[in-house]
Amino acid sequence: MRFLKLSRPGSVILAGLALWSMMPVAYAEYELNMTESVTPLGRDLYGLHMLVFWVCVVIGVVVFGAMAWSIIYHRKSKGAQAANFHESTTVEIIWTVVPLLILIGIAIPATGTLLDLEDAKTNAEVTVQVTGIQWKWKYTFVDDDVSFISSLAQSSRDVIKDPTGNENYLLEVDQPLVLPINKKIRFLFHSDDVIHAWWVPELAVKQDSIPGFINDSWTFIEEAGTYRGQCAELCGKDHGFMPIVVEAVTESEYLAWLDTKKAAAAAAASAAEQEWSMQDLLARGETVYNANCAACHGPTGAGIPGAFPAMTGSPIVIGDAAGHIDMVVNGKAGTAMAAFKGQLNDVDIAAVITYERNALGNSVGDMVQPSAIKNAR
Amino acid sequence: MSTDITHDATHDDHEHHDHGPAKGLMRWVTTTNHKDIGTLYLWLSFIMLLYGGSMAMIIRLELFQPGLQFVEPHFFNQMTTMHGLVMVFGAIMPAFVGLANWLVPMMIGAPDMALPRLNNWSFWILPFAFTMLASTTFMEGGAPAFGWTFYAPLSTTFAPDTTDFFIFAVHLMGISSVMGSINIIATILNMRAPGMTLMKMPLFVWTWLITAYLLIAVMPVLAGAVTMMLTDRHFGTSFFDAAGGGDPVMFQHIFWFFGHPEVYIMILPAFGVISAIVPTFARKPLFGYSSMVYATASIAILSFMVWAHHMFTVGMPVAGELYFMYATILISIPTGVKVFNWVTTMWKGSMTFETPMLFALGFIIMFTIGGFSGLMLGVAPVDTQYHDTYFVVAHFHYVLVTGALYSIIAAYYYWVPKWTGHMYNETLGKIHFWWSTIAVNVLFFPQHFVGLAGMPRRIPDYSLQFAEFNMISSLGGFAFGLAQVFFLYIVIKTIKGGAKATDKVWEGATGLEFEHLPSPPPYHSFTQAPPVK
Repeated sequence: MRFLKLSRPGSVILAGLALWSMMPVAYAEYELNMTESVTPLGRDLYGLHMLVFWVCVVIGVVVFGAMAWSIIYHRKSKGAQAANFHESTTVEIIWTVVPLLILIGIAIPATGTLLDLEDAKTNAEVTVQVTGIQWKWKYTFVDDDVSFISSLAQSSRDVIKDPTGNENYLLEVDQPLVLPINKKIRFLFHSDDVIHAWWVPELAVKQDSIPGFINDSWTFIEEAGTYRGQCAELCGKDHGFMPIVVEAVTESEYLAWLDTKKAAAAAAASAAEQEWSMQDLLARGETVYNANCAACHGPTGAGIPGAFPAMTGSPIVIGDAAGHIDMVVNGKAGTAMAAFKGQLNDVDIAAVITYERNALGNSVGDMVQPSAIKNAR
Repeated sequence: MSTDITHDATHDDHEHHDHGPAKGLMRWVTTTNHKDIGTLYLWLSFIMLLYGGSMAMIIRLELFQPGLQFVEPHFFNQMTTMHGLVMVFGAIMPAFVGLANWLVPMMIGAPDMALPRLNNWSFWILPFAFTMLASTTFMEGGAPAFGWTFYAPLSTTFAPDTTDFFIFAVHLMGISSVMGSINIIATILNMRAPGMTLMKMPLFVWTWLITAYLLIAVMPVLAGAVTMMLTDRHFGTSFFDAAGGGDPVMFQHIFWFFGHPEVYIMILPAFGVISAIVPTFARKPLFGYSSMVYATASIAILSFMVWAHHMFTVGMPVAGELYFMYATILISIPTGVKVFNWVTTMWKGSMTFETPMLFALGFIIMFTIGGFSGLMLGVAPVDTQYHDTYFVVAHFHYVLVTGALYSIIAAYYYWVPKWTGHMYNETLGKIHFWWSTIAVNVLFFPQHFVGLAGMPRRIPDYSLQFAEFNMISSLGGFAFGLAQVFFLYIVIKTIKGGAKATDKVWEGATGLEFEHLPSPPPYHSFTQAPPVK
């Protein structure tokens, strides 16, 4: 009976563990510890993480062990008589000084790693400017005149109600960032609107991108592969939906990729010179709208009352085309409406304006050509 | 009224007193009695706990499995924001003020608080402040959705019009806290019974004295931050707007200069509660009383000098990061001293394990776990991996739920027989403890794992690799929420009746409230100062 009585809390814990083990393992593999990195700095961080963890474990064993000993042996039901000691300067000094020494033991390697982490500039071979925009990332290769925007892939948006089986759900983008391996890559972080944070755990980079500031950080990828991350700083409605995908490749593959990006930019520039048909503008406009506008103004143009205005019947949308162009190109200062001239090319802006004027419950009937956007810039 | 300390006052014979409470609702509206106001604060806190908790249930429901099933992302952000604001300003802080109101005068042998009318006012501001804050949920644009830390410019340029209600609600809460603190300081410094020297005061009084100074120091800083937000939003200033020459990072410095002492405001009184409970049930005096006082003061002073450890990824100069790392990990020393003192108090004691002691032991173990993850977070280079992940969420819920909230629940069980004259039901209390403790660990422990594996905080949806632990966490969350509804039942049952509590309540209890007052104490206690040994 006595055994049964003592073990009652124990049996509750056992029942809990049994329940835990029956949890459905229906999805991907899970991890218990910090993601291991593919960079030398990331491995230092992991080592430091484990060092502090084991220090905590040892202290925990000592403190909780002493507590458990008291709870088991110094209980009244076992006839324990209370002692009366309640002060000892020696003991107080010991348990102030010993932890201090332990902290110094942690602080020394931490200082070295921090100095390393903060040194983004020395010997950097590739510089990528990363701009946070609600809710996508813009990457600019400063030395190569390549710039593009990367946002959540449509394949994730399509399964948002039930993503079962979609392996990279919320961690896939339309255009990944491609980086060379075995080169020191420096990132420059900036934001066009609110504060974001660019985080890829395996590259050991997390840095805030802040309007009005340029922060830097660096990585040195040793293994080719695909590395995924997310925005880490709450940046508004779709904070959970602006992933990062980095593809680390060899240098020759990286250079080939840069060339395709440059060719694509040239093709886009010549497309802007042409006259577009209504049908083509509408088709392209729908894609642009869903990727850039729907998050706030809604997929049907209804907006969110009090937070984001509706498209349907909006005086700006159904009014004069010049006013509509000005709003999209230059944004509205002091609000969440961004200036899209820095994000979209002439064709995309023309297409999305045409789409907004002739879809989403509006039927103005006119067309906006890329040349009109070029003049408005 | 009678000054006979053995007089056995119950709620029924108040009419025998000259200054018994008024009847009906007006008693509570016009009261200047520290016990009534303490009760009001505690009830407000409980209501806010259930309100903030119900928002946590919505959060855990949406996170139960991947995909967006129940709420929209914008509403989800409102829930995380309001949950944080309501729990910090509505549940934890008023609960400690309620405990201070009930206990400080009784512990120092004073008849009431020094400034009774101010006391009434500082309470009655709060229901209006929280009504104002909660009403935004039903307005166009919705409740604040920028996190309880309301970083600019998300909370200024990019926020809906309802943000102004939030700003004024925060102002009101700040005014209430400052007035309450002035009252507590005035009471402790002026109204101690003869012989109650500062170094004889119970630690709960000491920790509250220091907390009150922290509040007076930092609530005006918070008021300054929200006022700058207000002028940025409406009067053309650019404090936090980079386009106008302002600085969004400055907002974070100002916020955390308030915010870091704020976390100690929520934990120092908890230290006082635990320092009262552990000696009682170990039947042994508190080990290292004076070092506890000095450790509390050290923590309070250090708390002003570590704020930027919340900002290791904003791009501070490396010298700044080094300084804030060293100062931050240094805090673990006085905090460790406290834990060591509690454990040594138990050592060679004669322990029993009534509900208050169980919650106190739960506090010591789980608060220490939160302290360990705090030490890990303090190591600046590795914080680049932990920052803004669920590892942080796990950390601060261990220190605030199993820390601050557990101490409040422990205090409730420890002092409620004194307050009402009724013993709570010990079996129900123990069920409440085990139910809560298992549930809260199922709830928060897996969040360490998903955080380390890369799940950012404040996201309404997540990728599939985090699915198992989120489901487990949600199940723990629902169980923990239900346990607190069970607690509400215990609270009401204990007010209505229960075994009669003795004056001393606990075999090992010490202090003026247990040694010199009946259970329950008369409406006005200590109209004559008690003798202090």
